[in-house]
Amino acid sequence: MDVLYFAWVRERIGLPKEELQTDAATVGDLVEELKAREDRYAFAFADMRAVRVAVDQELSELDTPLKGVREVAFFPPMTGG
Amino acid sequence: MVVRVLEADFDIGAERTALSAGRTDIGAVVSFTGLVRGEAGGAKIDDMTLEHYPGMTERALQDIEAQALARWDLQATLIIHRYGRLRPGAQSVLVAAASPHRGDAFAAAEFLMDYLKSRAPFWKKERTPDGGTWVDARDSDEAALERWSG
Repeated sequence: MDVLYFAWVRERIGLPKEELQTDAATVGDLVEELKAREDRYAFAFADMRAVRVAVDQELSELDTPLKGVREVAFFPPMTGG
Repeated sequence: MVVRVLEADFDIGAERTALSAGRTDIGAVVSFTGLVRGEAGGAKIDDMTLEHYPGMTERALQDIEAQALARWDLQATLIIHRYGRLRPGAQSVLVAAASPHRGDAFAAAEFLMDYLKSRAPFWKKERTPDGGTWVDARDSDEAALERWSG
């Protein structure tokens, strides 16, 4: 699946997008998997209260399942306008 | 029912004219234009970069527009949001709502802006002489949404 990062999440992880193979069942499982992988993910996901997630471009939660999902995105609270 | 996300500037007069072109049933158009401020918390801002999530942005704006259309008697709506690097004084966003009477147009325009602030995937980074800072979401923006619920 494609995993996208925006704003300071993108800056902390150091790339805007990557393709990942994962067996993670939920968004939360994916976050834990990434945090264990490298420090830059642990830094970006240190406080998940400050991170929002979209699954296939719909705002979602940490317990949202990933089965059949094509795209997951992580980003800070939105500041449009 | 128009949603546009673009880097280029827009012309409010031309957009207003296009909104009601060829029709005489519209009695009220309320529009809001957002501008980039040159100062934040006492610091001078050199420019602001708006990042967004192509694809989701358009979907989110269309969803917000659909909610407004379900809620008020609207004949046309418009949301234009810019991205990229913008200088102080530049236009960043335009929303407009057209209705037979002003009440629905005023309410819908405010609703569109309130939702767009914290439900459309945009992020602002302000560049000051000290460096770049991501703009934090404001509690007041979240509170502005709550009055529309229920």
